[in-house]
Amino acid sequence: MRIEHGIFYRIDWVMIVLYLVLVFFGWFNIYSAVYDEQYTSMFDFSQRNGKQLIWIVAALILAIVTLAIDPKFFSQFTWLFYGGMLILMLVVIFLGREVSGARSWLHFGQVSIQPAEFAKMATALIIAKKLSKIDLNINKSRTWLQLCSLAFLPAILILLQRDMGSALIFLAFLMVFYRFGMSGYVLIGLIGILVIGILSLLIDKFILIGILFFLAFLFFLFSHKTVRRLLIILLILLVSVGYMFSVDYAVNRILKPYQRERINVLIGKTSDPQGAGYNVNQSLIAIGSGQILGKGYLNGTQTKYHFVPEQSTDFIFCTVGEEWGFTGSLVLIVLYIGLFVRIILIAERQRAKFSRVYGYCVASILFFHFAINIGMTLGLMPVIGIPLPFLSYGGSSLWAFTILLFIFIRQDSYRSELV
Amino acid sequence: MEKLYFNRKYVFIGLFLFTGLVFLVRLFYVQILADRFILSASNNVLRYITQYPARGLIYDRNGELLVYNEAAYDMMVIPRQVKGMDTVEFCRLLEIDLEDFRERIKKATQYSSYKPSIFESQISRENFGALQEKMFMFPGFFVQPRTLRKYPHPIAAHMLGYVGEANPRTIERNPYYKPGDYIGISGIEKSYEELLRGKKGMKIRVVDVHNRDMGSFQKGRYDTISAPGTDLWSSIDINLQAYGELLMKNKKGSIVAIEPSSGEILCLITSPSYDPNLLVGRIRNKNFSLLIADSVNIPLFNRALMATYPPGSTFKVANALVAEQEEIIFPNTRYSCTGGFPLGNGHMVACHEHESPVNLVASIQNSCNTYYCNVFKRILDKYGFYETEKGYNGWRNHILTFGFGNRLGLDLPGELSGNIPVTAYYDKYYGKNRWRSLTVISMAIGQGEVLVTPIQLANMTALIANRGYYYIPHIIKGIGKPVSVNRGFVRKNESSIDPGYFDPVIDGMEQVVLAGTAMNARLDTISICAKTGTAQNPHGDNHSIFIAFAPKENPKIALSVVVENAGWGTTWAAPIASLMIEKYLRGEVKRKQVEEWLVNSNLIDK
Ligand SMILES: [Zn+2]
Repeated sequence: MRIEHGIFYRIDWVMIVLYLVLVFFGWFNIYSAVYDEQYTSMFDFSQRNGKQLIWIVAALILAIVTLAIDPKFFSQFTWLFYGGMLILMLVVIFLGREVSGARSWLHFGQVSIQPAEFAKMATALIIAKKLSKIDLNINKSRTWLQLCSLAFLPAILILLQRDMGSALIFLAFLMVFYRFGMSGYVLIGLIGILVIGILSLLIDKFILIGILFFLAFLFFLFSHKTVRRLLIILLILLVSVGYMFSVDYAVNRILKPYQRERINVLIGKTSDPQGAGYNVNQSLIAIGSGQILGKGYLNGTQTKYHFVPEQSTDFIFCTVGEEWGFTGSLVLIVLYIGLFVRIILIAERQRAKFSRVYGYCVASILFFHFAINIGMTLGLMPVIGIPLPFLSYGGSSLWAFTILLFIFIRQDSYRSELV
Repeated sequence: MEKLYFNRKYVFIGLFLFTGLVFLVRLFYVQILADRFILSASNNVLRYITQYPARGLIYDRNGELLVYNEAAYDMMVIPRQVKGMDTVEFCRLLEIDLEDFRERIKKATQYSSYKPSIFESQISRENFGALQEKMFMFPGFFVQPRTLRKYPHPIAAHMLGYVGEANPRTIERNPYYKPGDYIGISGIEKSYEELLRGKKGMKIRVVDVHNRDMGSFQKGRYDTISAPGTDLWSSIDINLQAYGELLMKNKKGSIVAIEPSSGEILCLITSPSYDPNLLVGRIRNKNFSLLIADSVNIPLFNRALMATYPPGSTFKVANALVAEQEEIIFPNTRYSCTGGFPLGNGHMVACHEHESPVNLVASIQNSCNTYYCNVFKRILDKYGFYETEKGYNGWRNHILTFGFGNRLGLDLPGELSGNIPVTAYYDKYYGKNRWRSLTVISMAIGQGEVLVTPIQLANMTALIANRGYYYIPHIIKGIGKPVSVNRGFVRKNESSIDPGYFDPVIDGMEQVVLAGTAMNARLDTISICAKTGTAQNPHGDNHSIFIAFAPKENPKIALSVVVENAGWGTTWAAPIASLMIEKYLRGEVKRKQVEEWLVNSNLIDK
């Protein structure tokens, strides 16, 4: 009883309140998104709102169980979670059922789960474990490669399930590595590779080469002018130019036409008003029609007439935008940013490095989901189907996010007793 | 060490705040500044109307129109918006009863109460006229223009094919198709579906609660324009096709004619056939059931591509060429024929009365069974009497290069591959190394296990006409307007026979018509090279087979004719082929008597 009592006072209620607000706000919006005059009960379990309520209750039970478990359990058995998760992912690849193109679901009778959602948690735990070793130097390439393998092996398995969105989330771990010592140049380099790759498909390569040389010149002008540095800059330039041409060659010569088309749609070179582009257009029409105050709860017309597909899952933010307007959207975004900042601040106050790293993992994963999902809904990002944490319809993602967050809350509640 | 990186938390917090800010700025723009996203007056709804493009037209080789489109209208319903209307009047206009009305609304609601579904499909232009003025009385209903296929010539049904609604499996596999969309189901309509269909578009209209069209949404900014289907230019000569179908009236079988120099199919006749207009629009389902129920004539069965027969004596020309290439015979190689080829077990492969001995040319002219049994035995025994398998494989590899044993790969669905048996088949049947050349001797004269399709026979004829090569037969020669060549069929397929070996065989085929087994196919000034055949049919009368090309020099047409249950190849198939050649090369047929006799002959109900 003493421990229970203790936990109650030591857990961070700010995070928990933010969590509950988001989860129930999500439920209200799912109800509105699937609202149909034929099924008006909020508790109709044949409808998505009813089902989501079941998921929420289950998630709350999971949260309480997580809080009741000895925090050492999570830090000690990381390999077990990670290994079990990898096996589960392999099972999915071979036995999983296909849902809208991705083979990422496991079915147990009535219940189906998406193991990829839980892979993020297991990976976060093992990364925290690995990074919290005392004699670790992340800038040793061996260590760095080990960490990357741990982080990206699940991502590769998820790619094999043809679920690109979920795989992409694992890039969030690079942010964590950065916080714990990885050189900033690695991030800049990776972003550079991505940007140059996309630009080489979008604009004339010779203009791009000109821009690169100009940037390199500027960089050289304002840095220490040594021969060594000049040589390195020239080498990077040469590699970039080679890379540009090989990207162009790979996309335009090696890939099949439909694959090329998908990439072009993804980077926005061609629009696809019937497919992915259609969703974004409809999403923007719906959100735009919300104006300052929104049309009011359950009064959305665009989202109500099911013009926006995937509305209760990936495009749930549409309903918020249409019915709650700019005001509601602002509040929601502030709530999210508040939660992320809170997690960072609490992570920083951890004495155990394991908890600190884990906190950063949680914040980075949630942030990636948030940024990609809302960015997509607002037409700022390519259409990548991943859920909005705590709001989107779906048991697996809700449970996975809940456990992810509550393990951290549990670690935090224990911080004074751990060293 | 770690303290060094403590400040990096500000990078995180900065990134979070920055992202939040970007989203808020974007929201501010989308929701407050930019009026283009605002759908004002929340009672209005958007209606998404699919724009179905006209399917591509199909022409024959002389520019004659074979398939075009006719307007029709689908009545669409959005169940949720149906309220307060005069249902009785509506039913009267559509000529349905109230019970039917409720049933259809229920079905549409099951699909979706928000999305439009088809209430009544393919309303004719006349009925639509009467409906159009009253549409405002029926909220929730609207009309969507469609097109239906029309065929000015009631022929060539199998190769043109037909279109129908995409089935649920197709819709699941290919996201382009939505329920109610049309898709090519057979023939050219199927194999060129992606070209013919064009690209659907989408119009977004604003509609108020009274089903009034308030204009296009945002001046059509989000509309997508449909792209019409691509026109196709068929290699078919519709006059030849019509003539062939006329000659094959009341007969079962097929005529396939190919232009040897290009592989273009000039006609593709299968009989019995049906009028393609039967499988269009609302009458399609009913007629389809009738056609599929006709188990006597099997009118939906495309014999030209899907029926397989033993090639009979027409196969002798192939065996002659293989034997020449293997240097087993030469033009002056002679065998005497004394009524047949003894099999050594008291049985023999019989032959008919003719001059003896015969050389290569005369062996084709007289279709001597004895000659070809001798030749085939020597091909298979080339490596020794006990090396049958090796000899057989050598022979088989040659035969495969004639286009037998595999699908030719033409641009029509449903083609069969026929059969040139592999040695494993005989090993299984007789035991490994337990079969000899005499075991399979019937293939010398095109009987036994060997099976070919009429199109493969026509293709072999084209190959002989070309002295050694063929282009894959195809039905579409040009694509689009302006027309561009169909690039899929420009590769030359060489046979394994050297060009020089063809001359004696072709000379023999010429003699078949001049002084051999098919003198009734003779055409005064045009030299026809041909070979008769009779396919044994264990289920009834033998099938009459004939292959021919003409003229001998610079051939313009190569064809195969199969008439089922018609007995000797000479009697029926030969004159039909001869008339087809006359029709194609001269444009008209002078031998009206023969024509009349053939047209009036009924071989089905004999
Ligand atoms: Zn003979």
